[in-house]
Amino acid sequence: MTTVTAEADQRAHGRESHGGPAPTRIVVAYGFWIFILSDIVMFSALFAAYAVLSGNTAGGPTGAELFNLRSVFILTVCLLLSSYTCGLMMLSAGEGSLERFAVFAVLTFLLGAAFLVIELSEFADMVRKGAGPSRSAFLSAFFTLVGMHGAHVATGLLWLLFMTAQVAAKGLRPKVLRRLLCYSLFWHALDIVWIGVMTLVYLMGVQR
Amino acid sequence: MNGDDHLHEDRAPGIEEHERAANVLSYTVGLGLAIVATAASFIVAQTDLLWPPGAAVGLVVLALAQIGVHLVFFLHLGSGPDDTNNILALAFGVLIVFLVIAGSIWIVAHLNANTMSMPMN
Repeated sequence: MTTVTAEADQRAHGRESHGGPAPTRIVVAYGFWIFILSDIVMFSALFAAYAVLSGNTAGGPTGAELFNLRSVFILTVCLLLSSYTCGLMMLSAGEGSLERFAVFAVLTFLLGAAFLVIELSEFADMVRKGAGPSRSAFLSAFFTLVGMHGAHVATGLLWLLFMTAQVAAKGLRPKVLRRLLCYSLFWHALDIVWIGVMTLVYLMGVQR
Repeated sequence: MNGDDHLHEDRAPGIEEHERAANVLSYTVGLGLAIVATAASFIVAQTDLLWPPGAAVGLVVLALAQIGVHLVFFLHLGSGPDDTNNILALAFGVLIVFLVIAGSIWIVAHLNANTMSMPMN
């Protein structure tokens, strides 16, 4: 209620002074958007390292021998579906529907967790075959890039747990909704990074 | 939102201001397009549908298309005047990403070409 009047005030005020402070929700999301872009810049360095080192297998296994495209496809579908349920979760939160929010939060968490479990079992399988991160420059770059994405997914899952606890404890008040908005931006951005990983690492790796 | 007075407001990424049906539709269309693009990428990678030397280019184009789908349908980034700040920040991010990746590949390719390689045995 207070927020709505404050925004209306700012709007009325802005008409005379051409602008003025934007609503908190806009400022928070814009700031978080800048953070996401800087995170993607950090990933670009890892992508560059992988692109440069992907041929340096030091006589070890190549990507074409190691990668299993069937499980990469399953990973991609898990991530896409969890992004979808995350979007529906945000819509439910915006409507104040706690039950639907809970359902979609659980679905998002399960799909994200499935992604992480499948990815970790693939990693364990590679290490068991003697293709661990210390085998070659190619594999070091591979585990750094893909592992960094996996670490982000794990962080996102923890964050979702915290957000669900906050919604349960505090309800869907504006502050919690803003944090949820940041969470959803983060979760959708991980998809964008994964598209790069899927294309550059797996699909192009199999072609060589 | 503002009726007819054409007062632009900044918009946050990730927020779409429509009624629920339009929003669910937007996410569903986005998911459908993303799955189509993903499936197309896998088909291109595993078959000779594209001329093989050009397949890498095809994969990059499909990836960029899918990133566009995600930006528009999941992150709700539009082309309207209210989105200018978000788009400008994105453009700067894309510039840095391009410089880092393309620059590294370019430099190291020259480095490899100009360095005598160790004999492989």
